[in-house]
Amino acid sequence: MDLLKLAEQQLIEKKVWPEFKAGDTVTVFYKIIEGNKEREQQFQGVVLQRRGEGSTETFTVRKISGGIGVERIFPTNSPKITRLDVNKRGIVRRARIFYLRDMIGKAARIEEKKSYSSKTAKAK
Amino acid sequence: MAGIIGKKIGMTSIFDADGINIPCTVVEAGPCVVTQVKTIEIDGYNAVQLAFGEKKEKHTTQPMLGHFTKAGTTPKRDLVEFAEFEKEYALGDLVGCDIFQEGDFCEVVGTSKGKGFQGVVRRHNFSGVGGATHGQHNRLRAPGSRGASSWPSRVFKGIRTAGHMGNERVKMQNLQIVKVLPEQNLILIKGAIPGHKGSIVTVLK
Repeated sequence: MDLLKLAEQQLIEKKVWPEFKAGDTVTVFYKIIEGNKEREQQFQGVVLQRRGEGSTETFTVRKISGGIGVERIFPTNSPKITRLDVNKRGIVRRARIFYLRDMIGKAARIEEKKSYSSKTAKAK
Repeated sequence: MAGIIGKKIGMTSIFDADGINIPCTVVEAGPCVVTQVKTIEIDGYNAVQLAFGEKKEKHTTQPMLGHFTKAGTTPKRDLVEFAEFEKEYALGDLVGCDIFQEGDFCEVVGTSKGKGFQGVVRRHNFSGVGGATHGQHNRLRAPGSRGASSWPSRVFKGIRTAGHMGNERVKMQNLQIVKVLPEQNLILIKGAIPGHKGSIVTVLK
């Protein structure tokens, strides 16, 4: 197993993102290729889960687009992701919040962690 | 065919230059020791015998021990013959994974994972018999008819039936080499290869 990690370490450039977890609202900026032009697109939504480690680490972002739930899975270390902003810290009790899929409207809201930003600001 | 003996380490994925995620298998390929060089004059054909994997001396038979001592190496576990190397090798030479280049296509020979005794649905992709209703019961995964009755009064040879599946030699062709790490003796092959983690495979050029 160690040799596998060794290969991953050499070949995968670990990206540094701000700390985020399930329940947080994030905006992911990623590059897409349209024809032969490269363009940046963004995807804003709630993080449902983070899973895996090393090169296979991913996170799932869910948003409601035109009344329909859309989920996207991003590899955390993908070179296509240029920026990741954390817009809101949410209060959730579990690491994987798939129950959100069954909720609509007001029920699908996540309470915002208010003290977080001030605390981290002081620490810094 | 030129090639090398290796050990399957496991699967992972890497990103290529375009940022596309490529699933690949990590193989510890070599370094292998040349334990015998076969020539047309002596053996009737040209080949190079490579050895890979350490083995204790007390588990080695005396004739094999002599064979390894002749090549000036410690006892090895696996011996495989290869032919048509670009370079000429002598006894005791090391063959590393640098015989491969990124982007090369290769073939991988291994022993597939054992699946045990399996029915025809899993072993031969039969679709089972009919549906579950209309009084039908316990036929869902059955093989159906094996042939006619009074003639020939026997089952023809070669009829696909249930039986042992897996744990056999499998060769996969047209696999691409994504990366070569000569310092760690690792090669990354695109996609899956036969066998479980830690199993011995031969990678052919």
